[in-house]
Amino acid sequence: MPEPMLKVEALTSHYGRIQALKGVDLQVAEGELVALVGGNGAGKTTLLRTLSGVQPASGGRVIFEGEDITRLKPHARVQRGIAQVPEGRQVWGPLSVEDNLRLGAVLRRDRQVAADLERVYGMFPILKERRRQPAGTLSGGQQQMLAMGRALLTKPRLMLLDEPSMGLAPLLVEQILAAVVDLKRQGTTVFLVEQNAFAALRIADRGYVLETGNVVLSDTGRALLANERVKEAYLGV
Amino acid sequence: METFLQFLFGGLTVGAVYAMVALGFTIIYNASDVINFAQGEFVMLGGMCTVFFSLWGLPLPLAAVAAVIAASLVGVALNKLAIEPARGANVVTLIIITIGASIFLRGLAQVVFDKQFHRLPSFSGDQPIDVLGATLTPQSLWVMGGAAVIVVVLWYFFTRTTFGKSILATSHNRLAARLVGINVEVVLLASFALSAAIGALAGILVTPITLTSFDAGTMLALKGFAAAILGGMGNPLGAVVGGLLVGIAEAMGAGYLSSEYKDAVAFLIILCVLFVMPSGLFGRRGTERV
Repeated sequence: MPEPMLKVEALTSHYGRIQALKGVDLQVAEGELVALVGGNGAGKTTLLRTLSGVQPASGGRVIFEGEDITRLKPHARVQRGIAQVPEGRQVWGPLSVEDNLRLGAVLRRDRQVAADLERVYGMFPILKERRRQPAGTLSGGQQQMLAMGRALLTKPRLMLLDEPSMGLAPLLVEQILAAVVDLKRQGTTVFLVEQNAFAALRIADRGYVLETGNVVLSDTGRALLANERVKEAYLGV
Repeated sequence: METFLQFLFGGLTVGAVYAMVALGFTIIYNASDVINFAQGEFVMLGGMCTVFFSLWGLPLPLAAVAAVIAASLVGVALNKLAIEPARGANVVTLIIITIGASIFLRGLAQVVFDKQFHRLPSFSGDQPIDVLGATLTPQSLWVMGGAAVIVVVLWYFFTRTTFGKSILATSHNRLAARLVGINVEVVLLASFALSAAIGALAGILVTPITLTSFDAGTMLALKGFAAAILGGMGNPLGAVVGGLLVGIAEAMGAGYLSSEYKDAVAFLIILCVLFVMPSGLFGRRGTERV
């Protein structure tokens, strides 16, 4: 088996004296779409924050493409190709839609930025229509598209998505998840964190279940959907 | 009418200085949530360094440039040595640190320079200009023009350049800024340097009118703070409008009431704003910062 793109080993993280991650092990191979599901407070967001470097790890390692990045600063990780669409979208409300997108490319020096911007506008035409408006005037679904577009403009090799379906109407959830599948099809590796376990596992190659800071289950997405324990705890059947 | 116009010119001149100080407050506040009470010391350093650099033989324009650079370095050092080590401390602690830094800088200026008042020659002579019966000195025009140029340059920087926009983005949502790879430490450093440079420029422009000394910054910081509060902390447009209003109110108060109460006007304004509309003229409503 080839070396995975992302390898997380015994990762721990604390908020003060509270331990949010208790030794997480997981792997994501290049080109995969891997889902991480779990309830409220399981540590899903903390894990993503630790992967991006905005939350310090207290132990363990994060290996990305063979390099130990556990202690790297956030901007150094973005430079290596790790982008995150954070929970709650976190767009810059007073800045225009286009400024939000262009700031995604703030570290890039290549000439593909304009082409990538058009690509994002192609994926989400509504953003092009509203490109001069302040991002704060967009609806929740449009802000989610904007946050994804902004992350795409960093030219990621690995995309971390935190609860992209949160607070969206079912139709929009479908649209956002279709965009996630598209990303994968175009070659971006995706690590998707969701409370909406059914939606996430349905599109994922593999999945992990996180409970109170520990990975308790891992299998293919399909197998997890059929797993009795997952069904009972997360799918409500 | 002439007296009114005369007071207005005076008010606009000092108001332009307050506006520049308030802009300095605004830039640092937006980038770091810190209210930097050492802002007045940047103004003092601008004036004092220019005076002494030219005493030591530099021609005036060169001395002014060197003074701006020196003040910016002090701003960067303030961030590195005093603010950054206290990262994560609450806002009150950080404010107290800046007050400490301000006292330290004043003491340092007293030792490095001296305790005397100093002046710089007016940039374009002292021949007053007659405007509708009131007089305006060329140096007043320099102050107002300088403030106007700074406002335009800042506007361009924050709305047209990627670096300026990354500073704005960091102030609106730091998490999102870090996640796209904006180096927030560089943003902080740049904000302190920029803010110090603006303060120093104000100090250089106004020294031919008001003179300067090691403790000239204290009052300016308080007046600039009043201006920033009046305009709404964090809003650059508010800082400029607030600065001009405080300057005009002060000049009118001194002219029509008594010059004894000149300094009281700014503090009266702070009190009124805090009681009546705590978010200021253009401030964000409520406390939405999270």
